[in-house]
Amino acid sequence: MSRPGRVGAWSLALSVLLVAVIIGSAALGPVRIDPLTVAKAMANVLVVPWGFEWSALTLPVLERTVPHPGVGTRPVFGFDVPDTHQTIVGDVRLPRIALAATVGFGLAAAGTVMQGFFRNPLADPSIIGVSSGAAAGAVAAIAFPALIPFASLHLSAFVGAIVTAFLVYAIATEGGRTPVATLLLAGVAVQAFLGAMISYMLVHSGENLREAVIWMMGHLLGTNWGDVAFALPFALVGVAILGTYTRDLNVLLLGEEEAHQLGVDVERTKLLLLVLASIVTAAGVAVAGVIGFVGLVVPHMMRLVVGPDHRILLPTSALAGASFLVVTDTVARAGPAEVPVGIVTAALGAPFFLYLLKRREVHSL
Amino acid sequence: MKDNDDAGPLEESSPVSPIVTVSDLELAYGPIPVLEDVSFAVDRGEFVGLVGPNGAGKTTLLRALTGAIEPATGGVRIDGTDITNCRSRTSSRLVSVVPQDTSLSFSFDVRTVVEMGRHPHRSRFAPPSAVDRRHVRRALERTRTAQFADRAIDAVSGGERQRVLFARAIAQDTPLMVLDEPTASLDVNHRIETLELARELVDDGRTIVAAIHDLELAARYCDRLCLLANGTLQADGNPADVVTASTLASAFDAEAVVGRNPVTGTPTVTAFGAAGDDEGDEPDESALAEAHVHIVGTGSFTTGLLARLEGAAGRVSVGPAPEGGIVTEHATRRGLECVQTEAFGPVTAGDRTDVASLCEAADAVVLADVTLTAGNQLLLESLESVAPVVAVDRRPLEERLQAGDEAAARYRAAVDRQVDQSGDGMVHMWARLRQVLLEVSSESPVGPASGALDSRGREPAKREAETPSEKRADPSTDDEPSSKAGTNPDRSLEQRQND
Repeated sequence: MSRPGRVGAWSLALSVLLVAVIIGSAALGPVRIDPLTVAKAMANVLVVPWGFEWSALTLPVLERTVPHPGVGTRPVFGFDVPDTHQTIVGDVRLPRIALAATVGFGLAAAGTVMQGFFRNPLADPSIIGVSSGAAAGAVAAIAFPALIPFASLHLSAFVGAIVTAFLVYAIATEGGRTPVATLLLAGVAVQAFLGAMISYMLVHSGENLREAVIWMMGHLLGTNWGDVAFALPFALVGVAILGTYTRDLNVLLLGEEEAHQLGVDVERTKLLLLVLASIVTAAGVAVAGVIGFVGLVVPHMMRLVVGPDHRILLPTSALAGASFLVVTDTVARAGPAEVPVGIVTAALGAPFFLYLLKRREVHSL
Repeated sequence: MKDNDDAGPLEESSPVSPIVTVSDLELAYGPIPVLEDVSFAVDRGEFVGLVGPNGAGKTTLLRALTGAIEPATGGVRIDGTDITNCRSRTSSRLVSVVPQDTSLSFSFDVRTVVEMGRHPHRSRFAPPSAVDRRHVRRALERTRTAQFADRAIDAVSGGERQRVLFARAIAQDTPLMVLDEPTASLDVNHRIETLELARELVDDGRTIVAAIHDLELAARYCDRLCLLANGTLQADGNPADVVTASTLASAFDAEAVVGRNPVTGTPTVTAFGAAGDDEGDEPDESALAEAHVHIVGTGSFTTGLLARLEGAAGRVSVGPAPEGGIVTEHATRRGLECVQTEAFGPVTAGDRTDVASLCEAADAVVLADVTLTAGNQLLLESLESVAPVVAVDRRPLEERLQAGDEAAARYRAAVDRQVDQSGDGMVHMWARLRQVLLEVSSESPVGPASGALDSRGREPAKREAETPSEKRADPSTDDEPSSKAGTNPDRSLEQRQND
């Protein structure tokens, strides 16, 4: 099959899988709902804007429970679903599932880019300190709400992540060049420093300690559509732009000098990839906390299946990441006891990664 | 953004101006200067080889041609464009590179790797155009990589991989191609194959600048060689003019014999070790400087002796040697007296007379691993009455004996003969001669001659005073069991450099 054909086939298959996983996930929980009703209730959630005042940031789908003034919406479908079921699916489960899919989509895509960018199989979306920065921002907002009165938890975490990424980049840049190895080491050092800051804040966080720790484990508890509206634009736009750089990512795998000889503007491309991957990661981490392993394991899994060509790897990893996080969050939510999803991703992801490591060749990119 | 010009590398450029202009180039890695005062131009359709010892700056110069390093002073213009200060998209449309070994440890398939060559020509958003696809297809066919285009690049052999990188550079469709040691990691037939391919591309009108390790291959395939050594461009011109014993001696610090390949007619290089490293100052170096030494022998070992003695002795002659052989070639090139015999013909009486008169005039005669044929037997007879004879043997006598016991007896008589010990000068001359012979022998792997010489050559002057008969290095009388034939005394430059 030709390459565009393969991309299409894989994307379609993984999209179907994602939809199936979402329906399955929405059916599970303390109240079991049959999948057909779930599908109907989900369809009822879809709205189209009605009236032309809607702002650019508001997406034309999924906007229902938090209507902004001036944005008129109208449901597309009107299936007959019991009210309780409609509420459970549309208002309780679906926002959380949508956020899980969004965060998984973004983290897996960013992880793919970082692994290719650093030519390092250990790279993950947070390798230059994005997650540590987000955690520092979030813990500061949780532990000392008086310090950051004007910003929400999300915004605080997001700003912390972006500031950290730029700080690491600035430290590693000298004379217009940013050696990848320096970037990696600067990231490790800054993460260690932020770790110390976070620990200090935790020690002095008093009664907020539990909330801060839960946040740092990564959870999707109490998600509403507003969280989705925050993270989804970053994920979609960011990954879409990254998608136009997949050929450059392939060439960069050959090394920077060869990439230059093949027409890649190395430093500019590196900066752009780093900024986009960091923003996508930061947006996900800001709303969901530090969810580990998705951005590390999913790209490796997909690389085993579709090969190293980023033109296929990036879209398939993103879609697989979305399914992966929806499944793990379902386990976290509907399992024996509600736990932060970060625990489940690591607990399921790490053994699976080890299995792949032993069975097949996850030794390199 | 879309710029898929269909023109080949030649059609789009004016034929007059040189494609590469390097002017007063000085290159340095930080404070460490690598090359200075390098100026040359490359015309369209030329195949220029960069040769020189390791660390001479060949790769550095190539990197400057691709714009990867910024010159300290001077500049590089490719097709009129300052290659250092232009965007990668521009430079990558002017120069393509076949790297020495790429870090392709990823399982991209071969076609994807070749398609990367089109990267500079493609828009970010558009799918590959018909022109792109045609360039890729042609490049695959050209390099005979099409049949494994769907295999993973890390699953093809080293030679195939090299061809894939060639295909990528061809697909890049640039006026200049730069090859960095394209043959370094390949075995001999893949080296030839790679350079044949480069040659074909040049014959089609492309321009190639290549760093090539192997002097003989460089001389054979390139139109022109640039010899980099001692931090600068030391020679630039026809391969035959650049690859000479004297330029190689100064560039590689090696004494080399430059001959001619009988098949291709291009220069061959045989090196014998560092020039001017005669450490042993026990025997007086000047003792041999006035002497005339005649060498009897053929083949590369004799040529080596010839080259070394030429520097040490006042006058060197050689013969009989077959016309067109390596010894004759070398002697002719260096202007040495040589008794030539008809190729594949017998040694005539006239030849013998010539040799005898040379031997008579000589202060010493060296028998260089002589094979005892019927013709040589007569020759040995004429040696019995002349100058002192020293034999340097690489094979046991039995293996060289083709003419019966009488010849062996003659041989022994010739080398066992008592030498007239008249005067101190003679003793010193002998010591020095033996030292030189010992050096030549010891530079080759284990050989009987070196062993034999070694056992007697330690303190030559003293031993000679005591027992004159011992001064002859004649291993044929005391063959060591380990003395096996077949060792090659030649050490090619390449081996030396890979040491």
